[in-house]
Amino acid sequence: MSTNGNALVEVEDLKVYFPIKSGLVMDRHVGDVKAVDGVSLEIERGETLGLVGESGCGKSTVGRALLRLYDPTAGKIVFDGTDITHLGENQMRPLRRRMQMIFQDPYASLNPRHSIGRIVGEPLRVHGRGGKELGKTVRELLQTVGLPADAISRYPHEFSGGQRQRIGLARALALNPDFLVCDEPVSALDVSIQAQIVNLMERLQDDFDLTYLFIAHDLAVVRHISDRIAVMYLGQIMELSPADDLYDNPLHPYTISLLSAIPIPDPEVEKRRSSILLQGDLPSPANPPAACRFHTRCPYVQPTRCREEEPLLRPLEGHLVKCHYAEDVKAGLITPRVREAVFEPGPQEPAYVPPVD
Amino acid sequence: MRTPLLTVEDLEVRFGTSRGLVYAVNGISFDIAPGETLGIVGESGCGKSVTSLALLGILARNGRVTGGTAMFGGRDLLKLKDEQLRLIRGREIAMVFQDPMTSLNPVLTIGKQLREPLQVHFGMDKSQADRRAVELLEQVGIPSAKQRLRDYPHQFSGGMRQRVMIAIALACEPKLLIADEPTTALDVTIQAQILELLKTLVSERDTALMLITHDLGVVAGMCERVNVMYAGMFMETGSAAALFSQPRHPYTLGLLQSVPRLDAGRRQKLMPIPGSPRNMLSPPGECPFAPRCRYEVEQSRQQVPPLEEIEPGHQVRCFNPVPADEWQRERLGGAA
Repeated sequence: MSTNGNALVEVEDLKVYFPIKSGLVMDRHVGDVKAVDGVSLEIERGETLGLVGESGCGKSTVGRALLRLYDPTAGKIVFDGTDITHLGENQMRPLRRRMQMIFQDPYASLNPRHSIGRIVGEPLRVHGRGGKELGKTVRELLQTVGLPADAISRYPHEFSGGQRQRIGLARALALNPDFLVCDEPVSALDVSIQAQIVNLMERLQDDFDLTYLFIAHDLAVVRHISDRIAVMYLGQIMELSPADDLYDNPLHPYTISLLSAIPIPDPEVEKRRSSILLQGDLPSPANPPAACRFHTRCPYVQPTRCREEEPLLRPLEGHLVKCHYAEDVKAGLITPRVREAVFEPGPQEPAYVPPVD
Repeated sequence: MRTPLLTVEDLEVRFGTSRGLVYAVNGISFDIAPGETLGIVGESGCGKSVTSLALLGILARNGRVTGGTAMFGGRDLLKLKDEQLRLIRGREIAMVFQDPMTSLNPVLTIGKQLREPLQVHFGMDKSQADRRAVELLEQVGIPSAKQRLRDYPHQFSGGMRQRVMIAIALACEPKLLIADEPTTALDVTIQAQILELLKTLVSERDTALMLITHDLGVVAGMCERVNVMYAGMFMETGSAAALFSQPRHPYTLGLLQSVPRLDAGRRQKLMPIPGSPRNMLSPPGECPFAPRCRYEVEQSRQQVPPLEEIEPGHQVRCFNPVPADEWQRERLGGAA
């Protein structure tokens, strides 16, 4: 996909491995969890790139690695023309004010002992912009995200989940950043509140020329907000395409199955849809399947090639697709069949569960 | 229509807290027939989980049922003594909880947890219970079931744990299965597997299923009848087909308008419901949704509207119901 040189963030063959250590004294290195294994993508200025996948697919790790919260094992990260892959902490600091993050859990991401004024003002103070104007700037920020000005002296426990997420947004906007990594920003919120935050994020994007990397597992929300969407599975991008096109014309078998698994709030539509049920669990990223990573669960898997040769992420009909047989699947030459389930203990990253009443 | 298995009338639940009485459930009524799947939809704090806990007598210590009846097989569940309830819980009414990570006991093997209801309710000995446990695990689609009986919960993935929970719940072939957000903690592909499993098991055994969820999509695919709950009351009840095509309560409409749909156009305008859910610390003296409602009329601020039949089988608690064609009109208008 050409980005005509307008990319704010470029990632090339990014790998993030987490070592598995064993033994009490020696700390032997016995393997790696390959959380991200060869991801390349570009994020254009002003666009929203959606990153979707199931838990443990490495989507959050990509987001954090882009901000250099994790050190990449291999690959290259370029932010606005600067290669930041190996920058030291001091060289990173001026760039950090241009990249911010919004977290999933509005209950855990705000310090309960700090007032809202202190939380939102903190990035300003850290970057030497404290001074006399601080209070005024914070009040303006709170107003921008739709919170009352008196919030400044209150504490996080006094706010609901949606309001806390607004506080998180105000904090992220404090330094006037260019790039926001939003890691599941609405999944902990009730549906009636989700829409408030999504609408707010869209407005802020227009007002402040923001570029978003929007990470989520809810494809309906991602589709709503994104310009382009990348679908990840076990540390790799399986398909990348313009948002609408991904839904109208999914090409990768994983995308097809994922879309068919999402329930639509309409009984009429639900009756008409035929769903492709994926069997089994996600394989462990410490020991991913060889060749095509999806072949153990793929309903369209073919006898030899899928197990022996890793497909490339290649252009097809305006998408990028990592599948040998995408054309044949599209043309209906290969029909899906039910696979025998293969179960393994899944990755240890449970999805966030909103508090129940 | 078949004779109901469970008939709940005017159920009320209160919690005593340091900040005062919480009016969690305020007079809800419903019934459920064998083989039927009934949905209860609502957001966190609306009282949907409390309802199911109250029926089984497992409310937190500060919770009290302050009114209502729940007739199940000629007995009122709410008036039974604990010993009597214990004979029903797990045997005739079983429950699947939201979080498969915490609702299994981490220090007991899966086998032990599966055997427990069988030994308690059917008096089976260990080897009989083991054989039955293997059958149950196979029914819920767990391969090499016999070996896995010796495993502990941490050796299972989230989806597998939820399968084990379902196996435990179905061990005694209950007449009613209450599933409280059974798939909320799971990924979509696993969610699809679990929902399919629940559908099959329930239809094979003619079990009644009470499905509690916040996900409108899950309800649309699973339920025949749906209750929409807000602030401890049913705001709208009816067939899934009616509710999703012609929502008449402003809250139901609001929910449908605020979720992005996978099959809708991009940047379809989302209409959030303004404000936040009602503080439950006072008894409802007005329509609980009135402060957030676009259709509010003066009367809504003066008294709680009654739940009234608006067409056969479709009830709405509203003085100023949404026009029947509003949702369809808006969706088509939005698409253009």
